[in-house]
Amino acid sequence: MSSVSRPTTAEAGAANGPGSAGAGRPSPSPRARGLPVGAYPRYVAGRLAGAAVSLLAVLVTSFFLFRMIPGDPVKFMTGRRPVSAEQIAVYRREFGLDLPLWQQFTDYCGKALTGDLGTSYQFRAPVVDKITEALPNTLLLTGTAFVLYTALGVFLGTRSAWRHGGLGDRLHTGLALTLYSIPSFWLGLLLIIVLSVGVDPIPGLFPTGGMESGREEGFAHVVDVAHHLVLPVVTLVAVEYGQTLLVSRSALLDEMGGDYLTTARAKGLRDDLVRRRHAVPNALLPTVTLIFVNLGRTVAGVILVETVFSWPGLGGLFYQALSVPDLPLVQGLFFVFAAAVILMNTLADLLYPLFDPRVGR
Amino acid sequence: MSTHDQHGSGRTGTHPRRIRLLASAGAAALLLASGTAAPSASAAEDDKVLTVAVAQSVDSLSPFLAVRLLSTSIHRLTYEYLTNYDPEDNHVVPGLATKWKSSPDKLTWTYTIRSDSEWLDGQQATAKDAAWTFNKMMTDDGAATANGSFVTNFAEVTAPSPTQLVIRLKQPQATMTALDVPIVPRHVWEKVDDLSKFNNDKDFPVVGNGPFVLTDYKPDSYVRLKANKDFWRGAPKFDELVFRYYKDQDAAVAALRKGEVSFVSGSPSLTPAQSASLEDEENIHVNDAPGRRFYALATNPGARAKDGTKFGDGHPSLLDQRVRHALFMAVDRKAIVDKVFQGHAVEGEGYIPPRFPQYFFEPSADQKLAYAPTEAARLLDEAGYRTNADGKRLGRDGKPLNYRVLCHATDPNDKAVGKYLEEWWGELGISITLDCLDNVTDPWLAGEYDLAFDGWSVNPDPDFVLSIHTCDALPATPKDTGATDNFICDKTYDELYARQLAEYDPAKRADIVKQMQSRLYDLGYMNVMAYPNAVEAYRTDQIESITTMPSAAGNIYGQDGYWSWWSAVPAGSGDSSGGSSSTGAVIGIAAGAVVLVGLGVLFLVRRRATADDRE
Repeated sequence: MSSVSRPTTAEAGAANGPGSAGAGRPSPSPRARGLPVGAYPRYVAGRLAGAAVSLLAVLVTSFFLFRMIPGDPVKFMTGRRPVSAEQIAVYRREFGLDLPLWQQFTDYCGKALTGDLGTSYQFRAPVVDKITEALPNTLLLTGTAFVLYTALGVFLGTRSAWRHGGLGDRLHTGLALTLYSIPSFWLGLLLIIVLSVGVDPIPGLFPTGGMESGREEGFAHVVDVAHHLVLPVVTLVAVEYGQTLLVSRSALLDEMGGDYLTTARAKGLRDDLVRRRHAVPNALLPTVTLIFVNLGRTVAGVILVETVFSWPGLGGLFYQALSVPDLPLVQGLFFVFAAAVILMNTLADLLYPLFDPRVGR
Repeated sequence: MSTHDQHGSGRTGTHPRRIRLLASAGAAALLLASGTAAPSASAAEDDKVLTVAVAQSVDSLSPFLAVRLLSTSIHRLTYEYLTNYDPEDNHVVPGLATKWKSSPDKLTWTYTIRSDSEWLDGQQATAKDAAWTFNKMMTDDGAATANGSFVTNFAEVTAPSPTQLVIRLKQPQATMTALDVPIVPRHVWEKVDDLSKFNNDKDFPVVGNGPFVLTDYKPDSYVRLKANKDFWRGAPKFDELVFRYYKDQDAAVAALRKGEVSFVSGSPSLTPAQSASLEDEENIHVNDAPGRRFYALATNPGARAKDGTKFGDGHPSLLDQRVRHALFMAVDRKAIVDKVFQGHAVEGEGYIPPRFPQYFFEPSADQKLAYAPTEAARLLDEAGYRTNADGKRLGRDGKPLNYRVLCHATDPNDKAVGKYLEEWWGELGISITLDCLDNVTDPWLAGEYDLAFDGWSVNPDPDFVLSIHTCDALPATPKDTGATDNFICDKTYDELYARQLAEYDPAKRADIVKQMQSRLYDLGYMNVMAYPNAVEAYRTDQIESITTMPSAAGNIYGQDGYWSWWSAVPAGSGDSSGGSSSTGAVIGIAAGAVVLVGLGVLFLVRRRATADDRE
């Protein structure tokens, strides 16, 4: 949503090969150079204002967007059971659906500004409560997976680039691409069958689903949740790390021919150090972009993996909200999802100048 | 060259990082390994636990708000209703009320309330609680949310004594022994300010008087109930009943196979592939039982409102009874049962499934619309819908007949049957357009379809599924929503409906209900193709026996009553938390392997980095 002049993921992903990039690069260590005085606060203010405008736009959009989905929530909720016409009228009044649209909109905006996202039609509970109930579960799953697939992706990506064309590179890139193209629900089911139910001689090691057995307390509970977390996280890491791997690999490939690397080597630096201290920092920008895009997405949950592993998160809640449609819940969730992306993009914008001082000047 | 220095500084720089990595790998392994502690802790308990896999979220745990099957099933288990249904043949048996009688004018019903039912807090459950529950539903819109329809015909409800409940009606109503309303403790519920927003899911255990006590609930994770040892009908055999969430049906089947759950029902049923894969499994019993649903083809009779306004755009040819009959006679019901349901269904006859034998109707020999494609073609010719040179059957307007068939995108059976209809009706010269939608409600209520796949789950008292075809169920105006299913409005049917509602003699009422079904069959607007079975499965090493409903051959999940879970007997070695405990040692070994592999990788990385150093 926020418009930033920076390399997009797609651009960053287009590898140019080792020879094309190094020439014309400015300093080998951008961090050493500072921004002109006063430029950074102006830049920050601009980004924050942009984010605020985006948030407002999302608030308005979410109200109208979901009113365009076919389906009447009251008809859905009262269908297929004996309900009198009077009761249907009570439902409409209770949900505020008997009011003109403009009045529904102003009510919604007024409440939203005070942090009240309304009451869910189907669960009869405040939307904020439903979201805060499921948010930690989603963050635990996607957050853990995010840390692991980012670390794994960057680690393998940079190493693959450093020895590009080698057996390791071809093996890792091939494997990552294969896993990246596997549907997550299919991989999840496969893992359940093999590692949870067990296929001779592999024993069933992990629970088939859910987040907890619900019987433990204290540390045993933490262990129990970790035990339930393994398979969904492995599934997510397997299908997600490939993207980070490819982006960080191609970004580093762009840097590979850089003169400053030859200089570093000429100084007698160990190969590992040349990569870690000189090449990787310069190749970070596209990877950081991707990391923050992914970070923003973690909130939205991963509906398929959540479903296969019966993880009680926001993804499943969103699906249930859409099928009614449970307007307050669907609006609230949409707002939270979008806000997370905006927030992370803004954060990325604010951090770019630290990685590359050319940004924000 | 001072390579050594560089090396040195480089190493000291990365050293702590590797140590941290190593430490975190170790911690993760430890965490995994100690996973052995978790299952064994629960296995140490001697409680017999019955775990049921479910997929549907709880909408509310308040008996005044809950409408979903899982939530209302939980209420059946935790609160008493006035009456219950016998598991053997669905006839009405005592619940909170021990007996009941109606006055000669049929307008006053007096129930005797049992004096041996106690709430969890030790207070006696009385007629006052029942009267308060019904009165609240009659006066408070919030309390009427879920079950308001039960009290619309009530004039007054009183409790002259703790054991006597008197309900006065506005009109006679034969369904007075089928009031499926949980009776709540007045002393707990009168403290609730706003019943429309109170979900009853914060304070546990919940005060009830059913065979189970609701002790814990975590949304979309589990619902936990403990046996009520003081239940008047006798305590359940299992100590605990847990509804555990499996949002994916294949994952639920995997959990059953592993022994993590004792029972899987599927929603609404296991697929033929799933049941086939479970049938040969040791210690698993597949219960392929007659279902309570019917699967039908509904025809649009021309949508209209009570005020007489016609709307929608149903095909005019379908108003001709001969056309409707011809279409149904070209539907091979046996093929649908064999090919689509793969044998897990029964061929359709009357409106109410044979699971309810007292109401089940079979058309007579000369009334029956048996599968006869040639006869169907003849009937269409007779009705004036003849084929042209291309073999296409033409409508009155001279255009080839093409019917829009509304189908549920989420139901694979609809799509499969739709393909067959395309073929069978194609042979008659009629083409169809299959409209498979996620949301069929909009075109359905607007009457903008020709035919539609339809299906209802039938209760022991059939009043509701009969009422949806009366003229009274039509919407007041085209803008309103009525209770009508597919806009059927027939005077003869309505007269019969009114008669059965006022008939208090069960046998005579059943006879009228059969006449109504006969009328519905002849009209041809609602053609029942099949009664899908309820296919479910349970572990025989965890459940030794369980009551089905009807007991001879019936379903387990979603019964009318608490019979299945109340009656379930744990198997001798039964431990439904099983599976996980035996894997403890294996997890330890696996964790050890993870640590070893981790160490190996680290070692290799280190070695390679050193070997590759450039001079």
